[in-house]
Amino acid sequence: MNIKQFVQDFASCFEDTAASEFQATTVFKDLDEWDSLTTLVIIGMCSKKYNTKVTGIEIREAATIADVFNLVSSKNA
Amino acid sequence: MAYIKAISYYLPETILTNEQLVEEFPEWTVKKVAGKVGVNRRHIAGNDECASDMAIKAAQQLFSEHQVDKSTIDYILFCTQSPDYILPTSACIIQDKLGLNTSCGALDFNLGCSGYVYGLSLAKGLIAGGIAKNVLLLTAETYTKHIHPADKGNRTIFGDAATATLVSTEGFAAIADFSLGTDGSGFDKLIVKTQGCRNPQTANDSSDYLYMDGPEIFNFTLDRVPSLVKTVLAKNDILHEDVDLFIFHQANQYMLDFLKDTLKIDDEKFYGYLSEVGNTVSSTIPLAMYFADKEQVLSGNVVIAGFGVGYSWGGCLLRIKN
Repeated sequence: MNIKQFVQDFASCFEDTAASEFQATTVFKDLDEWDSLTTLVIIGMCSKKYNTKVTGIEIREAATIADVFNLVSSKNA
Repeated sequence: MAYIKAISYYLPETILTNEQLVEEFPEWTVKKVAGKVGVNRRHIAGNDECASDMAIKAAQQLFSEHQVDKSTIDYILFCTQSPDYILPTSACIIQDKLGLNTSCGALDFNLGCSGYVYGLSLAKGLIAGGIAKNVLLLTAETYTKHIHPADKGNRTIFGDAATATLVSTEGFAAIADFSLGTDGSGFDKLIVKTQGCRNPQTANDSSDYLYMDGPEIFNFTLDRVPSLVKTVLAKNDILHEDVDLFIFHQANQYMLDFLKDTLKIDDEKFYGYLSEVGNTVSSTIPLAMYFADKEQVLSGNVVIAGFGVGYSWGGCLLRIKN
């Protein structure tokens, strides 16, 4: 897994936010577009692209995209 | 063998549109609701309109639309999580209000999104056992009465509806083999916590209303539905390519699209009826079947699958006579 690709995959879960807004350090719940439905889309992305199950609580506890990357990486380790 | 002979439905008069929702919740956009959730409008039961009232209207529509002689009905199965009373059984009230024979069997069963499939399994058992010949399977739900007015997500997703299905010794759809499942460890992921016997008093907080842990329900669906479909195919000894149409519980558009992709189902073999009614819980599958039939795409081998609150899931094959 690499963080650059993961940030791109994460950005693909959003429809209206410019790709340039997404960095590893982005606090994604601060994005205007963020809502509860986006959690489902991120869970779906992690399942489909990384074959990894992420829970809603884990997304809730994560602050940055890097936090989610680390979570998925640790589950794949 | 048991068959589905006829299906009808009832939708309450009041409609809640996306435009109305966006007025209440300005941070929401019509595009987002219509795109991700996949719902444009949902019907809302009246203040004095209970699930049983809606089921009666669906049954009356069934009798008139399909020229069903109601005196032939010998069993009522009523699927609802919104009964009129803690007791008696709402199906008993329905028997009386519909003027059905007192020789009818009648019972309620408390299931949500898997309820229609379970109802078909019960009806098939009654017919196969020689206990009944014409089972009136009713589904009706008024989830909107359980949703907090400020709960934007659930108000967007859910709508109220009722359906009536006649299961008989002959009909247009043979009910083949089932796969059913239960995992009660997820009981609190979709729940109204108070006003049952466990917590009889209202708490005057959010626990008095419908709570849905969307992410966990989504993960449950991803865990269970692909294997459910595979088991239904195996039990009926058919291959994925032998299926002419898949009809799943209409939870929300994002989940349906995800399942379609995961299961590699072609668009033309994946029928949905969500945008005009929303997630109507136990009524989604029969509503979709009704409209698929109207569009003349309900034919051949049809796999239906319901999954959700409980957790509970079930699927079966219907062989449609063309």
